Amino acid sequence: MTTVEERAESGGRGVSEEVLRGFFREMLLIRRFEEKVEDRFRAGELPGFLHVAIGQEATATGVCAALAREDVIASTHRAHGHAIAKGTPIERIMAELYGKVEGCSKGYGGSMHLYDVEVGNLGANAVVGGGLPGIVGAALAFQMRGEKRVAVAFFGDGATNTGAFHESMNLAQLWKVPAIMVLENNGWAESTPSTQHLPLPVDELGKRALAYGMKLIEADGQDVEAVYLATLAARDHALSGKGPVLLHLRTHRLTGHFVGDPQVYRDKDALKEERDTKDPIRLLRARLEIGDDELAAMDAEVTAEVEASVEFAKAGTDPNPEDALKYVYA
Amino acid sequence: MPELTYREAVRETLGKALREDESVFIMGEDIAEMGGSMAVTQGLFEEFGAGRVRNTPISEMAIVGSGIGAAIQGMRPIVEIMYEDFLTISMEQLVNQAAKHRTMSGGQVKVPLTIRTQGGAGWSPGAQHAQQLEAWFVHVPGLKVVFASTPEDVRGLLWSAIYDDNPVVFFEHRTLYPIKGEVPDELEPIPLGKARVHREGTDVTVVATGRLVHESLQAAEEAEKDGISVEVVDPRTLLPLDEEAIVGSVRKTTRCVTAHEAVTRGGFGGELAAVIQHGAFDWLDAPIERVGAAFAPLAFAPGMEQWAVPHAADVLDAIRRTVARA
Repeated sequence: MTTVEERAESGGRGVSEEVLRGFFREMLLIRRFEEKVEDRFRAGELPGFLHVAIGQEATATGVCAALAREDVIASTHRAHGHAIAKGTPIERIMAELYGKVEGCSKGYGGSMHLYDVEVGNLGANAVVGGGLPGIVGAALAFQMRGEKRVAVAFFGDGATNTGAFHESMNLAQLWKVPAIMVLENNGWAESTPSTQHLPLPVDELGKRALAYGMKLIEADGQDVEAVYLATLAARDHALSGKGPVLLHLRTHRLTGHFVGDPQVYRDKDALKEERDTKDPIRLLRARLEIGDDELAAMDAEVTAEVEASVEFAKAGTDPNPEDALKYVYA
Repeated sequence: MPELTYREAVRETLGKALREDESVFIMGEDIAEMGGSMAVTQGLFEEFGAGRVRNTPISEMAIVGSGIGAAIQGMRPIVEIMYEDFLTISMEQLVNQAAKHRTMSGGQVKVPLTIRTQGGAGWSPGAQHAQQLEAWFVHVPGLKVVFASTPEDVRGLLWSAIYDDNPVVFFEHRTLYPIKGEVPDELEPIPLGKARVHREGTDVTVVATGRLVHESLQAAEEAEKDGISVEVVDPRTLLPLDEEAIVGSVRKTTRCVTAHEAVTRGGFGGELAAVIQHGAFDWLDAPIERVGAAFAPLAFAPGMEQWAVPHAADVLDAIRRTVARA
């Protein structure tokens, strides 16, 4: 067996408190952004179909912090956190959600298709598993040209049942391309719980890497430091020429599948307990011993940033309707 | 002018692109040591090695999808889908990803990917190895669709497909691989979106693709014996379509037959008929006739297969029907 299971140690491995506070701030920014998105959708200002990743901020922040700017990611329908963490200014993301020219996809993409190629975001994908094959190809291009870059696919546990996942895992490992397959395992395929879509216990989903002889690295997806360290290790492995990594992050979606989802399928007490015990922001706050005043000050800052992004977006430019044809062909 | 088979013309183009351009590579099932199931890529593995002539697993989604990812990163991948029937497995990547990345990103990315494939009846493979599915892809904004019918065309069009900055689905026809034809000394790119008039005529225009170009030329010879002058036009590129050339031809002849091997219903002939009736309504002297395969999964027994797909005689019948109208 060439594959070794590894659990990244959480804590005490040289991540400074300053860095962790930076992570905390970014996670709080993502949370407030997501809450504002829910709020503005309910107010009827945002068109389309929106998915927030409240509860999953540590995977976005921890993974992207460990990547270089020239590394690329493919995101999912639950994309806002990934886009923020990879470096797109929030006002450009908010402008995209409002369908404005100033948006990161110029109003062509929307929430499920956030792109920002300049910072390495190759796009969020609204087809579950749809982004994985492209990431194998991006990594192949880096390998063929001898570039020290990794390509990173985000996807959830639901995606691990698609053909695209299995074909991509197989090909990536076969060609040993520098890719990281980031499994954000929140235990839900939309409204369907893991007990109804996985033949494995949800915590053992990383075992799927073994079938491909792929390196498996696992971390607690609610612990941003563990995610960060695990991603650093995954990146080193991917760049070493030994092949890709399945980075299995167990996480928790503390809201519905989409904004407005009444979650009739979900046990309310269990959800409350998850919110009380699995919130990555609350967990990191306790660890860093951030007091009420400090939190209030930081919260006021990020909330002001989010408010400013809404103002920026609302003041943005509506695209000319006929520009719908502009980018059909290069 | 030298002569090449259709197969050699494809191979020569692939070899030239691989030789001249480091960003070009090819991948697909059985294309390396074996040289492809249609022997198109023979010799390329020996010349360019396993890094640029890549055998893949039987994973059509991953073949097309990894081609997309590499293309977005600045490569010019050419992927081979062994039979166009298997394009169905890669549809998600073709339709939702390759075709849409550019628009979804607001123009930030381009996908210079060529997807070569082949199909066609005439050898009794049954229902899953001989379909003609080109019309499906014409319905997808963001893709380009090419169907080449001669050695000269396949060479020049494939080059243009490789160097187009958009995903191009490139159809070859299995029964055309051994046909020979004259080609220019040097490869001359043929722009996508330009039709070819194979034969000029004055009484009826046959707009034909793939194998049916050759069947239509035969039918035209026969018709001429009856004093019917037939023009045969091959669009060559189905998307974008050279509407001007096609409509112009029908305005001249006032009658039209469309001909392809794909089943008639929902086939590309329907799109041609719509374009032609709109562009040449006041010129038409007869309803547009459509020639295509019978609406059935292709049956195995040679007699049934031959009956189901169209031949020169079917085109000739259609020509006669149009000229029989007052």
